Amino acid sequence: MSAAPILAAFRQSLGEAWAGGAGALLPLGFLGGAAVLVPLGIGSDGETLKAVGPGIIWVALALASLVTLERIFQSDAEDGTLDLWLQAGAPVSAIAAAKTLAHWLSAGLPLALFSPLLALMFQAEASPALLVNAGLYALGSLAFFFWGGVGAALSATVRRGGLLISLIALPLYVPTAIFGALAMSGGPGSAGAPLFLAASTLFACAVAPYAMAAALRLAAD
Amino acid sequence: MWSYFANPHKFLRLSDWLAPAFYALGAACIAYGLWQGLWVVPKDEYQGGDIMRVMFIHVPAAWLAMASYSALAVASFVWFVWRHELADIAAKAIAPIGAVWTAICLATGSIWGKPTWGTWWQWDDARMMSVLFLFFLFLGYMALRAAMDTRQKAARAGAILAMVGAINIPLIKFSVDLFTSLHQDASVITADGPKMAAVYLTPLLVSAVGHSLLFGGLVMTSMRTEIRERRIARLRARELEAF
Repeated sequence: MSAAPILAAFRQSLGEAWAGGAGALLPLGFLGGAAVLVPLGIGSDGETLKAVGPGIIWVALALASLVTLERIFQSDAEDGTLDLWLQAGAPVSAIAAAKTLAHWLSAGLPLALFSPLLALMFQAEASPALLVNAGLYALGSLAFFFWGGVGAALSATVRRGGLLISLIALPLYVPTAIFGALAMSGGPGSAGAPLFLAASTLFACAVAPYAMAAALRLAAD
Repeated sequence: MWSYFANPHKFLRLSDWLAPAFYALGAACIAYGLWQGLWVVPKDEYQGGDIMRVMFIHVPAAWLAMASYSALAVASFVWFVWRHELADIAAKAIAPIGAVWTAICLATGSIWGKPTWGTWWQWDDARMMSVLFLFFLFLGYMALRAAMDTRQKAARAGAILAMVGAINIPLIKFSVDLFTSLHQDASVITADGPKMAAVYLTPLLVSAVGHSLLFGGLVMTSMRTEIRERRIARLRARELEAF
């Protein structure tokens, strides 16, 4: 076993995600657009926006992961790349994890880094806590991308798979969303919540690649 | 042990009398539970008066919601490891039936919640949320199976999803448990034994057994239908070949 196919898949995915739509600007535009719709939809009351802001960013991250992951494995299943991986005896779970990671790097991480600016738009106080929150968004979105990847791999051969991915992946997003919201609430239990968030993300990173590999072997049949 | 039960002929012979027996016993148990629950047991003012009688549907439905997802996960695992077709037929049969009981649990819970807690639904309640996500897992499972173009693919994709969902359930339960809950604590299965008065507990347990038997009977009938459908499809294919 060599690391070459894994690196190649990683590089190719990163290139696709980065070059195929103005780099990280496209997901950022998506997130910005979604965030701008919120004050228009619920009104511009400062207190309300401050209260819902962190939650809106979590929702926007979850949606961004679902939108970017829709075709992550579909093209590989269609053009035969998947068959070549399987024939080469490459570790499919590692390749799937590498591809997911590449998409997270080009769509998840930039959004998390961008989040302090959005938080300011939602009337949050400018403080170092916003940077801590950006780290939490980065951690949580990694779990979103891995679970979303399982949905994407399962529906790789399904036409109109995007809706199916959402239905499959959203229940799996629950722990991340809850621990993430709890960590930023400042209420009781929020002190330990970042550790729980990290644990649920690690769990996703450990389990999801094997589920993706099993689903991709199915897609190749 | 699995291979003994994996034989469709043995299953058909067994379920031929077992399914009707389950229906009859289940109907008797549910009828007893409803009669006791609706007319005999005294109402409990603390639990909202007469509305607490919905408990004799709600609690068995909650029990079956969890039991049917566990059954789905076990059947998926057995199919994934040993590839016994009957396990996949069972998984396919369990999903819609389990989803219905989960929906019944949610609906009766709301009906009970409105007069006693003053709300149909409480978003930050652990119990309600976990059951709701269980319902979504069932829906996702059925949607995924329906989207696959062959039976074999539907079985494999479904099994992967059911197993991923099953290892996630403790995590989901654990995460939502951090919420405060309006729902009362466990009162049937606790370390110190049941906390409920025997006058409620007996009809409740009988009702739960009745619902489980009905569930078993429905799953068996659904599996029998699926086996027959597959047999019809094979016979049709053979007929076409003969032309």
